[in-house]
Amino acid sequence: MFKTFQIGGIHPPENKITSTSSIKRLTVPKTVYVPIAQHIGIPSEIIVAVKDKVTIGQVIAKSGGYVSSNIHSPVAGVVTKLDKFIDTSGYKKQCIVIRTDEKDPSNFNEQEYLLKTSIELSPKEILQRITDFGIVGLGGATFPSHVKLNVREGTTLDCLLINGVECEPYLTADHRLMLEKSEEIIVGIKIVMRALNISKAIIGIENNKKDAIDLFKNLTKNESTIQVGTLQVKYPQGGEKQLVKALLNRDVPINGLPLDVGVIVHNVGTIFAIYEAIQHNKPLTERVVTVTGKNLKNASNFWVKIGTPINNLIDAVGGLPEGTRKIVNGGPMMGKAIKNTDVPVTKGTSGILVISENEASRGKSENCIRCGECVFVCPMGLEPYLLMNLVEKNFIDRASSEDINTCIECGSCSYVCPSHRPLLDFIRFGKNSEKKLQTVKN
Amino acid sequence: MSSQSIIISASPHIHSDRTSKKLMYDVIIALVPAFLVSLYVFGISAFFVTAIAVISCIIFEYLIQTFLLKTTVTIGDGSALLTGILLAFNLPSNLPIWMIIVGSLVAIGVAKMSFGGLGFNIFNPALVGRVFLLISFPVQMTMWPNPVENSIKIADAVTGATPLGIIKEGLMFGETMTEITSKLPSYFDMFFGLIGGSVGEMSAFALLLGGIYLLVRRVISWHIPISMLGSIALITGIFWLVSPEQYANPLIHILTGGALLGAFFMATDLVTSPMTKKGMIVFAIGIGIITAVIRLFGAYPEGVSFAILIMNAFVPLINSNFKPKRFGAKIKSKIL
Repeated sequence: MFKTFQIGGIHPPENKITSTSSIKRLTVPKTVYVPIAQHIGIPSEIIVAVKDKVTIGQVIAKSGGYVSSNIHSPVAGVVTKLDKFIDTSGYKKQCIVIRTDEKDPSNFNEQEYLLKTSIELSPKEILQRITDFGIVGLGGATFPSHVKLNVREGTTLDCLLINGVECEPYLTADHRLMLEKSEEIIVGIKIVMRALNISKAIIGIENNKKDAIDLFKNLTKNESTIQVGTLQVKYPQGGEKQLVKALLNRDVPINGLPLDVGVIVHNVGTIFAIYEAIQHNKPLTERVVTVTGKNLKNASNFWVKIGTPINNLIDAVGGLPEGTRKIVNGGPMMGKAIKNTDVPVTKGTSGILVISENEASRGKSENCIRCGECVFVCPMGLEPYLLMNLVEKNFIDRASSEDINTCIECGSCSYVCPSHRPLLDFIRFGKNSEKKLQTVKN
Repeated sequence: MSSQSIIISASPHIHSDRTSKKLMYDVIIALVPAFLVSLYVFGISAFFVTAIAVISCIIFEYLIQTFLLKTTVTIGDGSALLTGILLAFNLPSNLPIWMIIVGSLVAIGVAKMSFGGLGFNIFNPALVGRVFLLISFPVQMTMWPNPVENSIKIADAVTGATPLGIIKEGLMFGETMTEITSKLPSYFDMFFGLIGGSVGEMSAFALLLGGIYLLVRRVISWHIPISMLGSIALITGIFWLVSPEQYANPLIHILTGGALLGAFFMATDLVTSPMTKKGMIVFAIGIGIITAVIRLFGAYPEGVSFAILIMNAFVPLINSNFKPKRFGAKIKSKIL
């Protein structure tokens, strides 16, 4: 038996259609739309003006506070507009629009870097570079990495976990990255270990990615400090708390962080971005995006410049197929449905999923038959049926005392409900109302 | 592609293919072996009882939803059909038709619809119907046609008691278990269901087959059936070991009197059982204890229906006292 977490969990059909498609480089778009709020925390502050010439990797918006991040120009070109555009959240957000300079050769430089294994920077310099180079968590939450890595003096920290789980169905961006940039990722892990001064790292990979497991086992054969943890396939194992439980059997306390049990978790994508920043002086301006869907002609994985309109990605896989009903930014379990395809790829876009008519619509919500399935699958040990009832009746205080806030919004409850009840929708609503209530109380 | 046809909704964007309807039909499929056995044992009358109960349950649900509650009719969800089958399985096959109809009315009208319909009832509807009939018409409800020999006769069938009835009666007249055992059917007959009893409760073999199907299809989990049968066996076993001449052995208690029907199909009813595994175990042990107490010391020879209904009443209390363990709840966070 492989390791896994104990409470709850589901196993939806994996549908990893693109797991054998190597990552292609997407053509550089004519125009990029770079939102200034791509990460969790305070939006960045724009430091360029219309008509400014920018080069690749130049800072165009600087960090707006501690929990914030720099944003760099993904292309060389001219700033044409600073205005609000709809982004993946569906709201209008401030964006920096840059027209790509078609004559600038740096835009089309597809030369791959050679692997560089010797780490020259000191721990302090590493942290500074991660801060400056706009690295955020690429697993989807986009939490600024330097905040995570800035561990207070005196905190016991003994293990770095690398999240290569990719438990979302359909998505294969992390899987492909692990296969194609394995040695770079190992160096990236060493960089983070050096920065944090810890001597143990475990790469967690689910058993449906056997090739990646074998590859990393082979690469870490002679490494005494880096191990590979093979995990049973189970959603939501990529959740930080679930991963810590699965690999180390430690319980992250309620409302706590992995740091409370001496662990830091980083996604493989983030580790690769850190590698590029430290070894090749490259800020975070592109990422891997899986563009997938059962009816797509050429579903695949792409290296995409941040700010590229999703339209370009869809064109690259042969256009939207007939009968498309939903387009999701992210995976099918936690991704956000988007209304139009003009919105740009951001640092948090791990995939674009195109869903057809028969899969898109939800079943009609019926009476709860009290089967308890939502309780059995909840990875946080909550009672979704109860939370939904309480929120429906507006008993926010009681929902709060039933720990509604610890919900990680993985969607397992809504996924299994045989009566198609919108459990997670009500829980989200309840969490927001609870937050407002707390603000009023304070 | 115009943006008009693109819909948005909150995650998750995929759904498992389990539906309430499929769960109901899975339970119905699991009841087929028991039904076939009862057709063999009681003949066509078993079919009539089941058909009448099913049809009247569906009709009552339709009438109540259309004319009284004026809500959407949901007879297609399979729940009324299932209630009808389970009610019939708890009735003797020679029960007068009008009594079956009254039982159905109580099951659907009183136990289910008056609470708000599917999902809101506290008590198992089929059992409420059955217990109502048992209390109102004790004579007709405890006269079971003898097996097999009656299968072609519909009227004037020879009637007799169930194994547990024989035991209870014998013990009341001061007979010892050795004397009573000679009057009981063989274990083979008890296991395959060639004994007197309600339509669907006699064949341990067929019910186990259905139970295993439900476990494999993950409609039910092992917690309720195992805890319930285990506690019945444990308690009756202790008494049997202490005084084997006064008490029947646990095997008889498990094989007869609807213990298996109750454990796999009635106590596991999704609506009226607890929401957590811990709660299910508590609930099932409660049923086991009450069943054993009624059978060993009560006036009725069997007590599964009463035990389940009594424990149904405790389900809300069990739900609020046996909650799942929250992730990371034991340790206090350093941050807060």
